[in-house]
Formats: sequence, C-alpha cells, structure tokens
Amino acid sequence: MELYQLTIKEALIGLAKKEFSQKDLRESCLKRIRKLNQKLNAFLTVAETKNFSETGGILAGIPIALKDIYLTKEMRTTAGSFVLENYIPQYNSSVVERLLKSGANILGKTNLDAWAHGSSGENSDFNPSKNPYDPSFVPGGSSSGSAVAVAAEMSLASFGTDTGGSIRLPASFCNVVGLKPTYGRVSRYGIIAMASSHDSIGHFTKTVFDNALILKITAGHDPHDGTSSREPVADYTKRINQGIKNLKIGIPKEYFQKGMDPRIEALVKKALQVMESLGAKFEEISLPHTEYALATYYILQPSELSSNLARYDGIRFGEDRACFGAEAKRRIMLGTYTLSAGYYDAYYLKAMKVRTLIKRDFTEAFKKVDAIVAPVSPTRPFKFKEKTNDPLAMYLSDIYTVTMNLAGVPSLAVPCGFVGSLPVGLQVIGPFFSEELLFRIGHTYEQANNWYKMRPKL
Amino acid sequence: MAKRNELLTIEEVKHTATLAKLKLDPEELAKFKDQLSQVLGYINKLQELKMKDILPTSQVTDLSNVFRKDEIRPSLTQTETLSNAKEAYQGFFKVEAIFTE
Repeated sequence: MELYQLTIKEALIGLAKKEFSQKDLRESCLKRIRKLNQKLNAFLTVAETKNFSETGGILAGIPIALKDIYLTKEMRTTAGSFVLENYIPQYNSSVVERLLKSGANILGKTNLDAWAHGSSGENSDFNPSKNPYDPSFVPGGSSSGSAVAVAAEMSLASFGTDTGGSIRLPASFCNVVGLKPTYGRVSRYGIIAMASSHDSIGHFTKTVFDNALILKITAGHDPHDGTSSREPVADYTKRINQGIKNLKIGIPKEYFQKGMDPRIEALVKKALQVMESLGAKFEEISLPHTEYALATYYILQPSELSSNLARYDGIRFGEDRACFGAEAKRRIMLGTYTLSAGYYDAYYLKAMKVRTLIKRDFTEAFKKVDAIVAPVSPTRPFKFKEKTNDPLAMYLSDIYTVTMNLAGVPSLAVPCGFVGSLPVGLQVIGPFFSEELLFRIGHTYEQANNWYKMRPKL
Repeated sequence: MAKRNELLTIEEVKHTATLAKLKLDPEELAKFKDQLSQVLGYINKLQELKMKDILPTSQVTDLSNVFRKDEIRPSLTQTETLSNAKEAYQGFFKVEAIFTE
C-alpha cells in the first residue's frame, strides 16, 4: 500500500506508530501529483517543499490541498481567473491559519471555475480539471480540482467553497465525501467572496470520519468574520458510531420529480433502503418552494457577486477588469441589472422574500424529521462542452443544491453508487449546526457499503 | 407589478455595463442581451408567488450589530499592502486622474 492511499485516520495512526514520517507522506502525495496532474489538471500551483519540518497538532503531518480561492500567504492565489494570475496574498485565510496550526501541510492550490462561477470546472481560465473516473467527463464544480485531488488520491483532504452546490456536486461526481457546513460555522475570512450571504466553507475527504475530524479544526467563531457563529463546536467524531436507529429521515417529494435520471433515482432509493435496514424511519415531506429556489438563487447570487467583484479594479491588485472571463462578466451584468434602480424591487427584494419562504420550508420540515436525504444532481456527470453553449442549462445542474445555501442549512454529500463508470452521490441535510448528526448518518450508511473503497483506474 | 415580456434592449445592456465598469465590445453586448434576457425570462417565475406580509431575508444568521472595540490593532504594513499594486508612488496607490485640469 502506498502512503497516498491512506485515509487521514489511517495516516495519523501510522505516523504515531512511526511506520513512516511526515515527510514520506507528503512526498508520496507530491509524487502522485507529479504523475497525474498533467492528465487531470487538478492543481494550479504545487507548493515547493523547502525547509520541511515536522509539526505537532491534531492534523500533524497531513497533506492538504486548497481551492485556489483561499488566500495563502506568499503563495499565488488566482481564483481560477486571469485577473489574479499573478496575485500573491499578504496573509492567510483564517481556515488556512487553523489548518497550519493543527499541523497540516499544504500541497498546493487546486483548480476551479473562475471566481467559483460554475458547476463543471469548465469556466476555469486555466483549462478545466478532468473527472478521474473518466477524463472525458466533467468532475463537477466549482471546487473541481479539490474533488479530483482527493478522488485521485493526490491529497488526503482538500478544501472548497459551496455557494450553490460547489462542494456537493463535485463530491458526487467524483465519489468522495463533501461537506457544506451551516452558514457561519466556518470562517469566510480570507476566502475570495462570491455571494457573501451564501458562501459556505467546506471540505472533501475519502471518508465521513475524516470529514468530521477536519471540521473539528475548521469550525468555530472567528472575530475577523462578522457572520461567523459563536455556537459551540461539537466533538464531531465522538458519537459517529452510534448508528441511526429510530432516526426520522424526510424524503422531499419535490426532489424526485420527472426529468431526473431514473438510474440516479434508483440508486438514491436503494440507499434509503439500506438506511431503513439500519433502523432509520422514513417520512415523505414537502419543501413546497423548491421550484422557486433556482430563480431566487440566480437573482441573489449574481447581485451579491456583482458587488463583491467590484473590488477588482486592477489598481490595488490584479489585472484590468477586461481580463474577466465570459461567465464572470455575465453574472456581474445580471447582478448589476437586478440591483439597479427600477429593478431592485422586482428582482432583488422579491428574491429576498422568497428566500424567507424557502428557509421556512426547512424549519417546518425539521419539526417533523431529524434529517432529510435527497439526490445531489438530477443527472450523472456530463461530458465536456455538453452544457457550455447554454448558460441556463448549466445553472439547472444546481437545482437540488441551491436550496440549502438559501436556507443556510448544512448538507453532507456521500457517495451512493455508479451509473456505468460515473459516480453518483446523495446528500444528508439537517437543521442549523447539526453536522454531528449528518456525520453519524453519513458514516453509518457509508460503512454499510463499499463505495468509499472504490478508486478510479489511473 | 408589470410583467416583463420584452427582451432587454441594447441600451439597457450598455447602461448595465457602465454601472458594472465592464468594457464590452458589440459582439459581447449582443450576446449578453440574448443570454441575460433568457435568464431573466426564467427568473420571472417568481412573479407567480404572492408576497404579501413576507419579510425579506438578507442573511440567515439572526446576528446583527456585530462590532468590536474601536481600538487600533496590528494590520498589514504599507509595504505588504502595496505589494500587488501595478503602480505605487511614495507609499500610495497610483490611480488615474479624476480631475483633468
């Protein structure tokens, strides 16, 4: 067994037993990156290993990869865009500080749809990442490189952002675990903002246990982020083995409608049967405003990002605004329009009201059930260029994921099978700050199957 | 509330581009006119909903007035702050002239 094949849990045990060194582990991953990155284009920047020194801490010696939207001090950060092609941040994002303090080491910065605008990875200004299970298919986006890095075993964990599904979708397309935490659970400070009231800071791992371990480090109040929560951070791994007996899980009928790939529906329903055999109880529920979520999201998100991207003036940092790619320009234009005088009420204000209704759908549902299980994507991973000529078709990829960002609730994406050679995932959704419960459900389901043992042929 | 049946006009697209500080060429203007009209058409779905007595949600945390003490704390140095600037002059960011006289 190669060191890059280990989970974080296994690596920490091996390091503690001195079966290998921290340097060995890092070198194993770097070697894997050198072997595969040309083919998969997961990394935009690979960190040099100068002056490697052993670290202490809960994640001591664990190599990680960061979506190139996380500011890393003195390490180029591009947001996947020509605008920041040469930008060298002067400080680390808060999450990076926490990870370094806990002993992790950075392998590099991963590829993404520029500015996190996208669902496939195809909007990267530096060529897209490829799905390691079949490189003629997209890995999902916008955190495409991060999902690929873990799926292809180039890194033991990787980090992303989820504003409308950008962790959960690539996680499902690449057969890895991806968490979108509760909004405000993890600090956004130092992470290039997309839609500030939607951006959720999460991560990818090979297993649910690993994912829970990482959240223990990244979660918590940050005085630099005014929206970060003071809610105490749970010990996410402590009760992860307690099982799901008698847990009430809701199945939202709006997520199983016509137009969904029947093979995906079958896989998710099979997963529900497995959970039932493990003791969970199911109830059909309704999230009645689901059909309005995408429209709501495609007013609020572009509006917020048009404001956030206004800072790229080419004066204090970055290149001229002419270097923005087509998708960035499109979203800036859409957002500027919907916020402009005469249209604010019709669009932005209206969307904010619908957001109230969508959030309320979840609050009402969680009065009846403990958690909700749903598919992540209505389709299997698609081929490159399949949706690039039709922006609206691309936006529809997010149909099952945007609701959670609008409501702020957490959601854990877990592999649930394959359509042919292409992975499919489901999501486990809970009330605010219920990540501990989501991990328990995800872990119980995961361990009753073999999806987490599958690896792409590379 | 007036239903938006007509497409975006080129004038509206040009005006939006000015507000957004984006310089678009005629090809881009035409393309965005079509694509944005299409997206706006989809977004019009929200007109189906009755919004009486619904308060808007601008953010989901229930937090408000998150302040810290107004005390000076260490921040970036001037050198660090200028490190990515295209042009700097004696510790300042250099910008285009606003007053042309």
